[in-house]
Amino acid sequence: MIAKPKHQRLVLIVIAAIAVGAAVLLAMWGLRDRAAYFFTPTDIAAGKATVGEPARLGGMVSAGSIQRLPDGVTIRFRVGDGAAQVPVQYRGILPDLFQENSGAVAEGRMASDGTFVADNILAKHDERYMPPELGNAAAEHKAATTIQQ
Amino acid sequence: MIAEVGLAALWLAAALSLLQAILGLGPEALKDSSRPIRGVAVVQGALTAFAMLILVVLFARTDLSVALVADNSHSAKQMLYKLSGTWGNHEGSMLLWVTVLGASGAVLALLSRRLDERTFIAALGAQGALALGFFTFLLLASNPFARLDPAVAEGRGLNPLLQDPGLAFHPPTLYFGYVGLSVAFSLAVGALLTARVDRELARAMRPWVLGAWIFLTLGIAAGSYWAYYELGWGGWWFWDPVENASLMPWLATTALLHSLNVLAARDSLRAWTVMLAMIAFSMSMVGTFLVRSGILTSVHSFAVDPQRGTFLLILLGIYVGAALTLFALRSPKLSEGPRFELVSREAALVGNNLLLSVILGIVFIGTLYPLFVEAVSGEKLSVGAPYFNAAAGPIALVLAALIGVGPLLDWRSDSGARLKRLAIPVLGGITVLAVLLFVGDGGLLEKLALGVAAMLSVASLLPLLGRKLRRTPLATWGMVVAHFGVAVAIVGIAASSIWTRETLVAAQVGEQVSVGPWLVRFHSVVPTAGPNWTAIEAELRVTKGSGVSLLKPQARFYSDPPTETTESAIKTVLSGQLYTVLGKRTADGRWQLRLWWKPLVTLIWLGGLLIALGGALSLGGRAARAWRKERLA
Repeated sequence: MIAKPKHQRLVLIVIAAIAVGAAVLLAMWGLRDRAAYFFTPTDIAAGKATVGEPARLGGMVSAGSIQRLPDGVTIRFRVGDGAAQVPVQYRGILPDLFQENSGAVAEGRMASDGTFVADNILAKHDERYMPPELGNAAAEHKAATTIQQ
Repeated sequence: MIAEVGLAALWLAAALSLLQAILGLGPEALKDSSRPIRGVAVVQGALTAFAMLILVVLFARTDLSVALVADNSHSAKQMLYKLSGTWGNHEGSMLLWVTVLGASGAVLALLSRRLDERTFIAALGAQGALALGFFTFLLLASNPFARLDPAVAEGRGLNPLLQDPGLAFHPPTLYFGYVGLSVAFSLAVGALLTARVDRELARAMRPWVLGAWIFLTLGIAAGSYWAYYELGWGGWWFWDPVENASLMPWLATTALLHSLNVLAARDSLRAWTVMLAMIAFSMSMVGTFLVRSGILTSVHSFAVDPQRGTFLLILLGIYVGAALTLFALRSPKLSEGPRFELVSREAALVGNNLLLSVILGIVFIGTLYPLFVEAVSGEKLSVGAPYFNAAAGPIALVLAALIGVGPLLDWRSDSGARLKRLAIPVLGGITVLAVLLFVGDGGLLEKLALGVAAMLSVASLLPLLGRKLRRTPLATWGMVVAHFGVAVAIVGIAASSIWTRETLVAAQVGEQVSVGPWLVRFHSVVPTAGPNWTAIEAELRVTKGSGVSLLKPQARFYSDPPTETTESAIKTVLSGQLYTVLGKRTADGRWQLRLWWKPLVTLIWLGGLLIALGGALSLGGRAARAWRKERLA
């Protein structure tokens, strides 16, 4: 860089532009493989989720699918959206409102055996604090069940 | 009756803000004939504060004929949560926002004397224009005083997650910071209009920016600690968009604070500083939009109402658009400040600003990207810790490593001779890094962070070297303390990330569990109750060699609204925190226990407090000096 620029302001503008460019490039690089996509069980059945990549899975906890393992802290259940179901495994303390036939979002990744391994489970908190994804998934599920009936 | 008085006060204040905008920015304004504008600003601020006070009284009385109170409060709530519950909802929190905006304008009108009169009047006008927009939003889309007819017998209660002393402290602190920045924005607009961006402006702006920055720092630290103990996940930062909404103004303000010093001391970086002042408050408005529009979901967004989101987006567009247009039109008219060399204090501060801007850009893009993608393609995705840590972490470390350099350089031009003093801290940092690389577990980023923190903890003290400590200005002490606080916070972040130990078990009463150096005896489970909740409480007897302490994590049940929460129990010792959570009962009668040993985690918030203390020392020192000068003059 020039030690005594004729137009210091110009140099500063160029540096600022480089900084903005760097931020955008870094962000794009980071977002390319670190954004976690939201999938429904139907998406998973269609093979949209890549094994091992961070993802979120949302749907309804299928009735009769909750299975607690003997260690007392691991749980297996299925999440469905009326069209497909995905087995989920989670080790941890479940949110208070987690229950069958109720909406849940699992954060984690797909394992190679087709199980979704969750690091975190979000459940419907109360009607005023419902995640938008869950709102939609719940509405879609309701619509699907109505059609079935 | 008093709800109507509050509403009337708001309408009146809104009308005054319109008058204030016309007096300050209208055609007559620049003729220096706008004396009444000060009075208008003061009355406007006072009326808004009065309306806020009325809302607090309505909440204190649990007046169930007011829709907002009926929806968000309950007569059985403790008084503290009745009062702080005033802003634990959308309308109340917007009113608090506008109150801080109005009060800031009033204080600006009362206190600023040394600034160029026309710049000052234009700034008050800009402050009025800002207030007008948010009053419109409040009155048309978020009326806090709407009546409920007929009144209900009992309120719906406050989200139990918010029933915590944190609610009394975190939102107001954050809002003082968020909205205090509006004054920096208005002063920048005023200075652009009169084309007088100079040291006077920097000195008028600096106390506001410092003050807002101190509050932002405290508010973020308080929010982080609150989330840490209340949510029971053991994390202290989740890269939740709502958290980012408070981090972005903080990053911009940190940059602004440093560039203001250049403008105040050397009259350089004029256009850049003005731009940053606008960006800082724009980030506050972006944050308000993200949190208040309901497009995000968290304990912060209280209702999903697309109309409000659109309204806020339009306000944001108008103000940011107008500010940027003004900047584009007027900034070429600003003359260039004095030059500086590549090795100089100014250049170091430019470097600081650029790195902070890059981090801000990364956080900004990461936060808005999911909204953008969903709006464009309908695809839903979330961007979380993996992205932010990988993209922003390394740059933050570079910035932290360079913090030690800038203060050792002289203004304008420097031979770099004093940089030799960095030899010892750099060696220290490299030693720490080498030891960690050979023996410790943990990721590379955390190890690098500890190396950098070790270096910075020493390097941040170097500006005091060779000075008479008693005669060193408070502002210099402030800088040293804040920079040292950065090192402390980094140690807390990295160490707790590397050495945290977790145990998750289903245990029988009487069983003993270990986590890290701790032995935890699960002594009993008993039912217990509070004013508006019942709970199951575990009694854990924890020991780390000598002495036994009692920890009582709870699983609480609130009836209004019906919600279950987990209340963690935390044992703080010098070397860290033992964090315990009681989970569910299993079918065979065991209880889930989640235990964490988090070494040095407390340093994260201690660092935050030191950073804020540094700001306070600097602000106090400068205020005292200005006061003495004025008395002598």
